[in-house]
Amino acid sequence: MSLGPAEVAKIAHLARLAIREKDAPAYARNLSAILDLVAQMNAVDTTGVAPMAHPLDMAQRLRADEVAEPNQRKHFQAIAPRVEAGLYLVPKVIE
Amino acid sequence: MEWETVIGLEIHAQLATQSKIFSGASTAYGAEPNTQACAIDLGLPGVLPVLNREAARMAVMFGLAIGADVAHRSVFARKNYFYPDLPKGYQISQYELPVVQKGQLTIDLEDGTSKVIGITRAHLEEDAGKSLHEDFHGLSGIDLNRAGTPLLEIVSEPDLRSAKEAVAYMKKLHQMVVYLGICDGNMQEGSFRCDANISVRRKGDPKFGTRAEIKNLNSFRFVERAIEFEIERQIDLIESGGKVVQETRLYDPDQGETRSMRGKEEANDYRYFPDPDLLPLVLDDEFIAAARASLPELPDGKKQRFVEQYGLSSYDAGVLTASRELGDYYEATVAALGSEPKLCANWVMGDLAAFLNKDNRDIGQSPVSAVQLAGLLRRIQDQTISGKIAKEVFEALWAGEGDADAIIEKRGLKQITDTSAIEKVIDDVIAANPEQLAQYRAGKDKLFGFFVGQVMKLSKGKANPQQVNELLAEKLKG
Repeated sequence: MSLGPAEVAKIAHLARLAIREKDAPAYARNLSAILDLVAQMNAVDTTGVAPMAHPLDMAQRLRADEVAEPNQRKHFQAIAPRVEAGLYLVPKVIE
Repeated sequence: MEWETVIGLEIHAQLATQSKIFSGASTAYGAEPNTQACAIDLGLPGVLPVLNREAARMAVMFGLAIGADVAHRSVFARKNYFYPDLPKGYQISQYELPVVQKGQLTIDLEDGTSKVIGITRAHLEEDAGKSLHEDFHGLSGIDLNRAGTPLLEIVSEPDLRSAKEAVAYMKKLHQMVVYLGICDGNMQEGSFRCDANISVRRKGDPKFGTRAEIKNLNSFRFVERAIEFEIERQIDLIESGGKVVQETRLYDPDQGETRSMRGKEEANDYRYFPDPDLLPLVLDDEFIAAARASLPELPDGKKQRFVEQYGLSSYDAGVLTASRELGDYYEATVAALGSEPKLCANWVMGDLAAFLNKDNRDIGQSPVSAVQLAGLLRRIQDQTISGKIAKEVFEALWAGEGDADAIIEKRGLKQITDTSAIEKVIDDVIAANPEQLAQYRAGKDKLFGFFVGQVMKLSKGKANPQQVNELLAEKLKG
């Protein structure tokens, strides 16, 4: 499968990545190669093989329902670009 | 043209855990902004989510309560999108393998019939934070306290055919999660919210029409109004030659209409994939059996038992089992009185409910305990007071003036059952009203009520009404 420049631009936008136009053909090539690999794997007969959700064959460990995190707002907000009244300020989002 | 409406609901119930689904931050409502948002909730680099056992247990309880398949193995997935109240750039949810699959809920309709509504799935996910769009110098303020609060998203089949059915389903589900103790059900605080998928089709058409999704409906009334508006909008649109477009709409309660969410014009492309930070959730039989053992008596079962055990009508049993607390209160009243379950039902649903309503209180905040109410009912039962006087005593009970017996004693409300005392009152009344007496004896029967009224008035309501009736009939005959 081969991706074109429009698809590369769309994927970059969905991932909120800025890419230079001159790099687009290289991305298209590399991403297409990944998809080719997927296609190759897709061709393998996996009848009777359970789909894998994680490379480790283990189960999720469960945590007790206890409040264990103290308030560290001051700490976290020290590295935020802008804060006010305890809120993180971000460019306006319109609903 | 006859139209049929097709509705499916997605309900988000916040699970009543102490801590978040993947972190140890508190989920308590109403804290100062961002004081309950830890490194995991903020999506800082290098952190790892660890699943809250209690959230898993609550999801399983729900699954068992709706007769669903509880998955022994379910998988968390990333739902990718960018929004500032979702700092990681993805929401951890479940996609292909949710924890609860294929359940059902029976709803009762106004015409007395019931209908089974399919529940496609219920999955665990994390809630997002809140965006505040008031003016922060042209910026938005973000509070991430809610981020990471455990949610159970409950998705119905498109089995609902009207706004009323949708509301009945939503109410039933609300009752269920509150009964189970897995959600506080507080809709004002957003603990229980609803998205509605609505489409219309010509009656008999096997294909569904194009649907619109209405987001974030947080009251039963809004759900009903939003759906009704949306149905009419879609029918008008099609009948005037237009086409419904698949889109997300918002309900504006002030205008009573739904509006397209412009600005979110891009089609969603969530690119779900299994979250590599989380291993599959594996629940063994022991875990599921323990959850089953912790299930309380469920609303339908309790209602049925009330009908059988207490001889109540289906309607009364439904009212009294609306919440677990109300049912418990009723049963405690019956147990304390030891008999007359119908009398207890009338008082709990009547005077008590009216007073609770007036003071805007829940049954848990009633100043009159079940034992106190039973104490009052006992005095009606043994004819110490009449039902009418009991209302006065109840008011005093409500005001905290002590137990029924103390109030009856202090206020001198004891019913007069002494025949000679009642006769004395009757004689006085007859003597004071010769004209009415003459008319009555001349055949004006309805004056009987007048005499009863006068006797009750003179005895300050304390004369036993049944005795008054009997003795008065005798005396008036002359």
